[in-house]
Amino acid sequence: MDVEILSRIQFAFTIAFHYIYPPLSIGLGVILVIMEAMWMKTGLVRYHNMARYWTRIFGLTFAIGVATGIVMEFEFGTNWASYSRFVGDVFGSALAAEGIFAFFLEAGFLAILLFGWNKVGPKLHFFSTIMVCLGAHFSAVWIVVANSWMQTPAGFSIEYKGEIMPEGFTPTSDQILHSRAVIHDFWAMVFNPSSMDRLAHVLVGCWQAGAFLVISISAFYLLRGRHKEFATSSLKIALTVAAIASVLQLVTGANSADGVTKNQPLKLAAMEGVFRTQSNAPMAIVGWLDMEKEEMTGLEIPGMLSTLAGGSPEAVVTGLDAFPREDWPQVQAIFQLYHIMIAIGMALIGVAWFGMVLWWRGWLFQLSNPIVRLYYFALVLSFLGPQIANQAGWFTAEMGRQPWVVYNLMRTSEAFSAVITANQVLGSLIMFSLIYALLFAVFIYVLTRKIQHGPDHEEDNEEMPASWIAMMERRKQGKPTA
Amino acid sequence: MTMDWLPHLPIIWFVLVGVLFTGYAMLDGFDLGVGVLYLFVKKDEDRRTFLNAIGPVWDGNEVWLVTGGGALFAAFPPVYATVLSGFYVPFMALLAGLIFRAVAIEFRSKEKWGWWRQMWDLGFALGSMASGFLIGLIMGNLLQGIPLNIRGEYAGGLWPLLNPYALLVGATTLALFAMHGSIYIVMKTEGELQAQVRRWVNRSIAIFLVFYVALNVATLFYAPHLLETVKERPWLIVIFALNVLMVLNIPRENHLGNEFRAFLSSCAAMALLLALFGLTIFPNMVPSLPDPERSLTIYNAASTAKTQFIMLIIAIIGVPIVLAYTACVYYIFRGKVKLTSQSY
Repeated sequence: MDVEILSRIQFAFTIAFHYIYPPLSIGLGVILVIMEAMWMKTGLVRYHNMARYWTRIFGLTFAIGVATGIVMEFEFGTNWASYSRFVGDVFGSALAAEGIFAFFLEAGFLAILLFGWNKVGPKLHFFSTIMVCLGAHFSAVWIVVANSWMQTPAGFSIEYKGEIMPEGFTPTSDQILHSRAVIHDFWAMVFNPSSMDRLAHVLVGCWQAGAFLVISISAFYLLRGRHKEFATSSLKIALTVAAIASVLQLVTGANSADGVTKNQPLKLAAMEGVFRTQSNAPMAIVGWLDMEKEEMTGLEIPGMLSTLAGGSPEAVVTGLDAFPREDWPQVQAIFQLYHIMIAIGMALIGVAWFGMVLWWRGWLFQLSNPIVRLYYFALVLSFLGPQIANQAGWFTAEMGRQPWVVYNLMRTSEAFSAVITANQVLGSLIMFSLIYALLFAVFIYVLTRKIQHGPDHEEDNEEMPASWIAMMERRKQGKPTA
Repeated sequence: MTMDWLPHLPIIWFVLVGVLFTGYAMLDGFDLGVGVLYLFVKKDEDRRTFLNAIGPVWDGNEVWLVTGGGALFAAFPPVYATVLSGFYVPFMALLAGLIFRAVAIEFRSKEKWGWWRQMWDLGFALGSMASGFLIGLIMGNLLQGIPLNIRGEYAGGLWPLLNPYALLVGATTLALFAMHGSIYIVMKTEGELQAQVRRWVNRSIAIFLVFYVALNVATLFYAPHLLETVKERPWLIVIFALNVLMVLNIPRENHLGNEFRAFLSSCAAMALLLALFGLTIFPNMVPSLPDPERSLTIYNAASTAKTQFIMLIIAIIGVPIVLAYTACVYYIFRGKVKLTSQSY
């Protein structure tokens, strides 16, 4: 294997592993803000103890997220030096902004969130929790902006041998060594055609990841009959977030697909398995692509894709046949990953709203009912849903961009570092595989232990400073905090 | 408003990238240093005190590296590309070191088993040592100059990077971080442990000075071209002298019991060292040897004035806010470490 393919495998592996954690931090961040807000509002110690317990889970995911995140920033330079030289003028500022506006905010206030419980007042702690949550969201903003620029580049010009080239100029492989993308309009780069749609889709996916983790752990406690009050309250909050997020995800997903239809028709054709440009294009629910015969077999809704993409069944959807075959991405994999994501997204709507209905009917916590019990077993496993869907969605987006590293501008085969050897990359790939396997095993072990241990306190307020207790008493009597 | 200063943007960004990496050295320098000294304390409680001394701040400190890297990427893309791809193996080892030390802090105290704690203790200490050493190794090679090809890419192999001069800079950096870390620990501890570490301060300063002198002697043999720079820029000797004075001030403050001032002195020494590094290689960022005309300079490696201007605005908005709340966090977590149920 050569440097290019090994570097692609390494990048895919390290980013996929990293991406287990930030969505949990972002989603749990939202849940923590809600829990602390409810604590500030009601003065009930239960919410405080909930926030403290989920903060510990948050801290665990955050630490691994930080450790694996540094790798990502360095890999642009180590493995994709030609890419970095070519796009640095445009792409680099988004990464730098991420450091200044997001990572410092997160890491700075994380200290207070994790270790400030007995050191600062309740309001400052609540403020810190909001800042950590905000910082986590900002980091998603800048990295999705940077990635979206790779999907739908905008706001730049191409400079070839020091001269600005006319719009639409795509450098050849020989020219690319003497070319670079230079910024023309910063805000056009930030608000490139896909960035806001994709940001919304990514963030809601993160909320789902956090919410369903809380749902799973809470459901586990309730099935076992442990920490009942704690788990009931946690489940209610997380289920509400999950129900809202799951529906929102349908909307943001449709917007993203619209954008892909407009901006990356080849990717859409691969995602939907459309081989021939046609009107009345069907939409597959599940299927398999015969890449020889160029046919899709499976369960499909006639005319649906044309309706969604073009507004009517007569609308013409561009197929793979409109593009030279050497420019096709890995169609089968993209088709399957995309459909896995959609299937899970739909299932998560079902799971969340079934729970909402049970709650509304007053059955949600009647664990003697066998159907409710069965539902709880599904809930315990539900944390896997957003994790798999998030990964499948990102693989769809990134594999669908191939063979381009910057869509229609720079090919992946032009992007890797010229000076590194295949053996070096193989070595680092093996190193990351071993380290991440160890990290993952330890993460699962420590998480399991934390779940088994459960919250330290549920309904009492041991260890709490007098000023915090006074705040809660005032709150319970409906007086404003001093 | 006149924009006559726009051509100076590369200089401004050279300084700003330098400031970010200096911030990293001063801040992560002490927590890497704590890792270097870590195995020298044997009692479990003392080790936990070490970890919790840096517990609330280490990941904020590491952000300086990430942001410095991002700023380098944006302001000088070819430098970022050449250095990271040219030093591929050292950077991969650095990443492994940074990962291990980070997760070790999180995982170590989660179980009481001896083997578990020993494993993470080793991960934390070796990861910290490797990180400090490799950062020095990379800087040593840059100071000395590396062969670049016509496209400005690194043209050597892995082994030339492990030359005696670079190894010596690596060792000096390790000693510097150990010194910095020991002063920080004195500031954060009390009683017997503090008395013990206080004795280490002078020892680590002595070790650092030995390496530092050796490094200056080695420069005569391994990087004689740097002497030409010093002849052209005699004021570099003033910075050097100030740096030595700051280092020597540390034992004095330490002796007087002014731990915080000793720490500030150490921070100043680090800043002066990096200034010395930057002003020696300026206007090069990646000096090329043996073909100096291929060097990546702040001018031929700069991104466009537009990008550097946008970045400057981002920095002007962002950095003061960052400094303000970072100072607040350090203020809140000031004072001696107390182990509680929330501690690592």
